[in-house]
Amino acid sequence: MVGSALFFVFAGLAIACAVSMVYHRNPLYSAISLVGVFISLSCIYVTLAAPFIAAVQILIYAGAIMVLVVFVIMLLNLDDDKPLNRLRYLYAVGGGLGLILLVQTFFIFYAVMRAPQQAVNGAETVGKTMNIGRGMYTEYLLPVEIVGVLLLMAIIGGVVLARRLAQPQLELVVDQELDERGLEEEKGDYRVAI
Amino acid sequence: MESLVKTAFPFIVYSIGILLAFQGVLMIVAYTVLAERKVLGWIQGRIGPNRVGPWGVLQPFADLLKFIFKEDLVPDKSTKFVYFLAPLVALTCALLPIVVYPFGPSITTINWREILPFGLGEGITELPMTIARIDVGVLFVLGITSVGVYGIALAGWSSNSKYSLMGGLRSSAQMISYELAMGASVIGVVMLAGTLDLNGIIFAQIHSPFRWFIIPQFIGFFVFLISAFAETNRVPFDLPEAETELVAGFHTEYSALKFALFFMAEYVNMFTVSVMATVLFLGGWYVPGLGQVLEPGSIPYALVSHIAFIGKICAFLFFYIWVRGTLPRFRFDQLMNFGWKFLLPLAIANVIITIVLVYFLNS
Repeated sequence: MVGSALFFVFAGLAIACAVSMVYHRNPLYSAISLVGVFISLSCIYVTLAAPFIAAVQILIYAGAIMVLVVFVIMLLNLDDDKPLNRLRYLYAVGGGLGLILLVQTFFIFYAVMRAPQQAVNGAETVGKTMNIGRGMYTEYLLPVEIVGVLLLMAIIGGVVLARRLAQPQLELVVDQELDERGLEEEKGDYRVAI
Repeated sequence: MESLVKTAFPFIVYSIGILLAFQGVLMIVAYTVLAERKVLGWIQGRIGPNRVGPWGVLQPFADLLKFIFKEDLVPDKSTKFVYFLAPLVALTCALLPIVVYPFGPSITTINWREILPFGLGEGITELPMTIARIDVGVLFVLGITSVGVYGIALAGWSSNSKYSLMGGLRSSAQMISYELAMGASVIGVVMLAGTLDLNGIIFAQIHSPFRWFIIPQFIGFFVFLISAFAETNRVPFDLPEAETELVAGFHTEYSALKFALFFMAEYVNMFTVSVMATVLFLGGWYVPGLGQVLEPGSIPYALVSHIAFIGKICAFLFFYIWVRGTLPRFRFDQLMNFGWKFLLPLAIANVIITIVLVYFLNS
């Protein structure tokens, strides 16, 4: 009984935070609401006897990814008064996608209801750290390796994009850009600025 | 009546446990502040606070009263909601890890069936000195403390002041950078222990030939200690509140009790990293050879172990103060270079060496 009560509390919190995330005009408030969603979700994981997933959810999503998002929002200093440039047809697209998601959810509910009830022996131990580790490095080794390679690619891509060019290269790029724009006389100014 | 008592019993026990643990930690934290001022005074050849009570022992309470009764100034142009939220986030995230601290060995020699009325003691065999024994204690502590970054980042942003924003940004960048090194330094211990449970790590140390994991994991301990200084924004990594450049960093615009909450959060965080260092590397509450003198599981054994645990933590806290009294501050680029180019590679190298060692020891 306590378990289901906790579930409703945290599920309600998660939904409330999600709604607040979508409806807030201020991007920082949206980001904070998203953190609320992650924390509520991780509480639900705890009630489902999956403490490892709960801890990782907080550590990675709330503690690392969202901190970077908040960081970027704080640095960009977005203008609150800017009128929203929304296109009409996006409402239709969003509504359609939402409807599809709703239908999918109900379909999953239906499928779960129809499925034969089978006794799950390992329900209490599925979320334990050791079982997750064992599963990751035996049964699901290939997906884990593929995800690892994907993440490595993303890291290398990020480094290549963010890399600071060496001075001669940078001057070359700037000169080329200025030539294209027909601003040859400003080359001297940029050389000082670099 | 009897069923009511039976239902309420666990709640009462947990409430008492939580109250005791939080009260105890907050008292230690309050006296850490006093100890810091005293020890810094001695290092600098002064006396330190000595006016409130004998040797100044009532100073923490005087400070607290002052914080409560001071006028609470809120900057006019601040983002009010976030401004109020930030100190709460900081302190909550600092206090939450207390629930998983292993304060001592569990007491197993009391016969609860005879002591407790209404048959409440039925099936209770031990009194654990931890509030919640969860499977992923290490990850829990790391995760909650990483959420604490929001308190500082949001405080810096919402104050709408240049000094605060600079302090908040510096602090977030610093904490995110050193979190990686800290996490990597813990992996070695987790591999040797084979568990993420804090009590389990202590038992693994008792049963290992080294007794304390600081011996096989010296590099890990070194990296952990340095990143702990950076995580708690202490000297020599206290750039977020570098007085000479940023007034008081992220909490420049905070006054009265809100400032006290940040202040408390910083010292509770110091306590947390001291607990983690003690549990992961110095055997937690375990005193080598005590099992031969006192019977394991008895009350005196638990008490002595508990005192040893608190003693190790206090030694770490003294180390913090000592370093603050002796070292100058880093420059920000030095801090970033040190974290990313020295500590993180060192921690990863330690992980790889430990993997090889554990593989050959187990095969």
